[in-house]
Amino acid sequence: MTNYGIGQSVSRFEDPRLLRGKGCFVDDVNQLGQAHALMVRSPHSNARIRNINLEQALKAPGVLAIYTGEDVARDGLGTMKVNLPRKRPDGSPMFTRQHQGLSKSFVRYVGDPVALVIAENLLQAKDAAELIDIDYEPLPSVTDTAQAALPGAPAVWEECPDNISHVFEAGNAKATEEAFSKATHIVKRRYVISRVYAHYMQPRGVLAKYDEGDERYTIWADVQYPHRVRNALAENIFKIPEHRIRVIANDVGGGFGTKGWQYPEHRLMPWAARKLGRPVKWTCDRSEAILADEHARDNISEAEIALDAEGRILGLRVKTLANVGAYISSDRNLLSTFVNVHTLSGVYDIAAAHVHVTVLMSNTNSTAPYRGAGRPESIYVMERLLDDAARELNMDRVRIREINLIKPTAMPYLNPFGAKYDCGDFVRGMEIALKSAHYASFEERRKEALGRGKLRGIGIANAIERAASPNQHEFAEIRFNPSGSATVLMGTKAQGQGHETLYKQIVNERLGIDPGQVKFIDGDTDLVAFGMGTNGSRSTVVGGTALWKAADRIIDKGKKIAAHMLEASVDDIQFNKGVFEVVGTDKKVTLKDVAKTAFLAVKLPAGFEGGFYETATFVPAADTWPNGCHVCEVEIDAQTGEVKVVEYLVVDDVGTMINPAGVKGQIHGGVAQGLGQALMEQVVYERESGQLLTGSFMDYAMPRANDLPHIRVENNAVPTLLNPMGAKGAGEAGTVGAIPAIMNAVIDALAPAGVKSIDMPATSEKIWQALRQAKEKTTLSS
Amino acid sequence: MYALTYHQPATLPDALKSVEGDAKFLAGGQSLIQAMKLRMTSSSSLVDISKLSELKGISVTDSAVTVGAMTRHAEVALSVQIQQAIPALAKLAHGIGDPMVRNMGTLGGSLAYADPAACYPSALLALAGTVQTNERTISADNFFVNLYETCLKPGELIQSVSFQRPLQAAYIKFKHPASRLAMVGVFVARYKDGVRVGVTGCKTYAFRATQIEQLLGQKFSPDAIEGIELPWSDMLSDIHAGAQYRSALISILAARAVEQCLSS
Amino acid sequence: MTTQTIQLKVNGNTVVTQIDPRTLLVQLIRDHLKLTGTHVGCDTAQCGCCTVHLNGLAVKSCSILALQANGQEVTTIEGLTQGDGLHPVQNAFRECHGLQCGYCTPGMVMTTIQLLKHFPKPTDEQIREGLEGNICRCTGYENIVKSVKAAAGI
Repeated sequence: MTNYGIGQSVSRFEDPRLLRGKGCFVDDVNQLGQAHALMVRSPHSNARIRNINLEQALKAPGVLAIYTGEDVARDGLGTMKVNLPRKRPDGSPMFTRQHQGLSKSFVRYVGDPVALVIAENLLQAKDAAELIDIDYEPLPSVTDTAQAALPGAPAVWEECPDNISHVFEAGNAKATEEAFSKATHIVKRRYVISRVYAHYMQPRGVLAKYDEGDERYTIWADVQYPHRVRNALAENIFKIPEHRIRVIANDVGGGFGTKGWQYPEHRLMPWAARKLGRPVKWTCDRSEAILADEHARDNISEAEIALDAEGRILGLRVKTLANVGAYISSDRNLLSTFVNVHTLSGVYDIAAAHVHVTVLMSNTNSTAPYRGAGRPESIYVMERLLDDAARELNMDRVRIREINLIKPTAMPYLNPFGAKYDCGDFVRGMEIALKSAHYASFEERRKEALGRGKLRGIGIANAIERAASPNQHEFAEIRFNPSGSATVLMGTKAQGQGHETLYKQIVNERLGIDPGQVKFIDGDTDLVAFGMGTNGSRSTVVGGTALWKAADRIIDKGKKIAAHMLEASVDDIQFNKGVFEVVGTDKKVTLKDVAKTAFLAVKLPAGFEGGFYETATFVPAADTWPNGCHVCEVEIDAQTGEVKVVEYLVVDDVGTMINPAGVKGQIHGGVAQGLGQALMEQVVYERESGQLLTGSFMDYAMPRANDLPHIRVENNAVPTLLNPMGAKGAGEAGTVGAIPAIMNAVIDALAPAGVKSIDMPATSEKIWQALRQAKEKTTLSS
Repeated sequence: MYALTYHQPATLPDALKSVEGDAKFLAGGQSLIQAMKLRMTSSSSLVDISKLSELKGISVTDSAVTVGAMTRHAEVALSVQIQQAIPALAKLAHGIGDPMVRNMGTLGGSLAYADPAACYPSALLALAGTVQTNERTISADNFFVNLYETCLKPGELIQSVSFQRPLQAAYIKFKHPASRLAMVGVFVARYKDGVRVGVTGCKTYAFRATQIEQLLGQKFSPDAIEGIELPWSDMLSDIHAGAQYRSALISILAARAVEQCLSS
Repeated sequence: MTTQTIQLKVNGNTVVTQIDPRTLLVQLIRDHLKLTGTHVGCDTAQCGCCTVHLNGLAVKSCSILALQANGQEVTTIEGLTQGDGLHPVQNAFRECHGLQCGYCTPGMVMTTIQLLKHFPKPTDEQIREGLEGNICRCTGYENIVKSVKAAAGI
């Protein structure tokens, strides 16, 4: 009998279906009579729209309608809202502009949607789109983060000439100032974090219909928060009662945060479907995806640490310019700039710290949380500073970390930004990692590699991130049916994380039910009462705990029914592995028996409410703090500059793992996305014109199998007391550590050649140039 | 894609007759279909030549290897004859694209499409190739004329390609991190009377690095070309590799190709 | 628009239909035959999500006109097994946790089947190179490589 309980690396129940090609992704769904939609997007990074001429396009074969921003405005579609109470540097209210769905008078980035073509089929829509004549007046634009902050830079919005939306601060400026005044050494650097894009393998899609009889919209879309989509469309966009909308997200082919919930297409397709009286289907091409979707990261930090004579960090100070694109439609577009700055101090014992973030606009896509959502950015700053400080002060990189690590005895630890780490043993994690990575013998490997013409480097990063935050509820329901099998309905939304399996494991652990007797449902707002979706590494902790509590309620009610069935007192009933028994006897009934009985009124005590379904809505009391030590080795071809990651180890503390294989899979994937950003990925715009240069996979480099090394994951679990399972969030952990670990390894490899710093992505050309420049400097000075 | 009609003639004369106006021959389609999908090119008629037996086959003599235009990259890679006669050519084919592209893409299609980053053009130049069409024989040095442009006339069909067997040869490709085509690809072939070096990925079409050829002709050793930097003003540049970097890579890869020749 | 007739075998079944000549093989498979296990992930023939077998060879169905497959045999992911069973390669992926979101997975499986024909006992390097035409964003390829090795019995 297979053991399905918590801690087992059970093969996933969702796999046979997906392996056989029986998945249900949004493009697989079709409605009778559906028409096809095409979004027409701006080719300019900044322009006034003088005129849109649809005359020829409307005559094209198969065209059913073409809508523009005029139609959106006329029909009174609303927009999202920004709620954060932020201010500009002079104290005036923050500056934001919401996207209208289809832009009407101007476009602010390449890809800004201006028209929606609906035709009988996609080819006809494409042909018609080519006949649309839009008279643009191009304007100067700015896409580069540093440039956007310069005086005299082109203004994204005329009303906001300095491109500053607002500023944000955290920590204690005064205490930090004092700390710096006492410093023996100050190490200061400038770090650039590139703009990247999620590039999930499934590009987005929306299928929408409007039922005249029901007066209801049904929307199929690959979103991460179906209930929030429903709510936003009801409250913000269409201003109708929420029950008139149904959102369905079946299988989602990767989300990583970027698929979230607020895209214009989610409102435009249902709107068009109602106007046309036909279902409307939109599928995004890969080349359109980077124009249509939210981008990620993109900031520049001036960071410094104040150290005493021994190398202990007294203070940390960071000033960041964050580029959030042209439109700030809601708080979502700002989250990555502030929600995770609290881990800038990482796992180090730092008394005083301060961060100041200037949020800038540019003629680029909006940004949104993407795997890590500010966590990798924060850890990057700290871990780069430590390596740079070690080099500058001629200290060992491990030693400088050792003396500053928060000791296990210091838990719970309040960090200088006010974040409280509840538990974790960072010292042990690093010890295990360095031993397992054979750190002690690294210099031998470096020497050996040099003989092969390779520059070998080692990088360490101690990652920590906030996960499963106490700012969102989650919902779980366990619903038995009269024949005794059960359905689990969850408000989270899987995009590949293996939720079906891990939730069935929790149910098996608590209720002893065989997974074959359980149906799992997520993603349908008509079926699942409520949910906040999946993001921020929260599903196992928040969803899992809600499920745990729902199971507790099933057991409570079950005991009452069992007591009646066994003619005993409730207090004498105990429940174990699916069986209710009278303590000290062999009288027992199974959970299945109890469930069946619950639906038979005649078998229940008078006045006892039947049925057997329980829900739970749970919000955690505090964040969990998954953490880990990443150790990475790279080899760089000394002539071409090509980087290969040859070793990668993570020693991770994600608390209790429900399904260890699943958790490790998440870490592998996170590492790969970190490697991608560190070595090859970047959203690039041409400086003068603002044209997007990385429009497809021909120019946006994606990691392939031969770019990744074998990734080792080892365990340093310190289960948290914050939830009954002891779990910490794990979904983003790989990325948080990989970006700094890999960059540190690259710089370590180049340091002996005199290269001081490299910014991501560490492309072969960048490295080749850096090596040449370093060589020239050495030649000049010798 | 724009509208088109599709023909699949059974014989060579039928194929040649089908081509009129803007019609194009369709071999494996791995480049052409992609370009048409993106509406970067169009053709109102495609003539699928995959059934023509005249375009198939591999034959080897003491001096040359002749490969039919419809021979798929996978077939060249796995051909024992080619592996023995010109191993570098088989290896080049094995490195094109990925396994799926190699099952469809063809030698003739690749040469006719003349992608500036394709691998085969460098081999055609380095191995003193000749292209046999239905009308004439074209030498490698005359074949490529501009970006995506060869000297083939409209309606002219490549039937086979011959490569001269070298004493030694090697092809080293530095892959573009995004497209995985050749960012720079260098094919070095050593003959009794000299060395030929074909370079792809660097200019609007593949070219022979004559300066490197001369130096290697005098001394076939990596150090003979150490520090050589070909002028780069007319070399391609993109966000992944500027012109100067490509120029540097040519020398590095040429030296590595020579090393490979010497060690095999 | 004039249509042309196509006749081919898909998963052992003969298919005869009229199509727009521009129809790509993947469109024939997904839109006409409703076999939605083959996925479209890009438009530059790089991601491999659309991989099927044409006469037993792995090809990218997004880069082939359906008419190029006229008179030939196509196998999609749905054609690997009858009923509920799993092909040994599918089984290996399941046992080794070789998939997460599942979008690239049918393509990975189809490519793996061909890879193992050429390299029955592949090295890690041969596997990683052999999968260069299949992009995955979820797994970091770690367990995909494991799955291929398990399918090869190593």
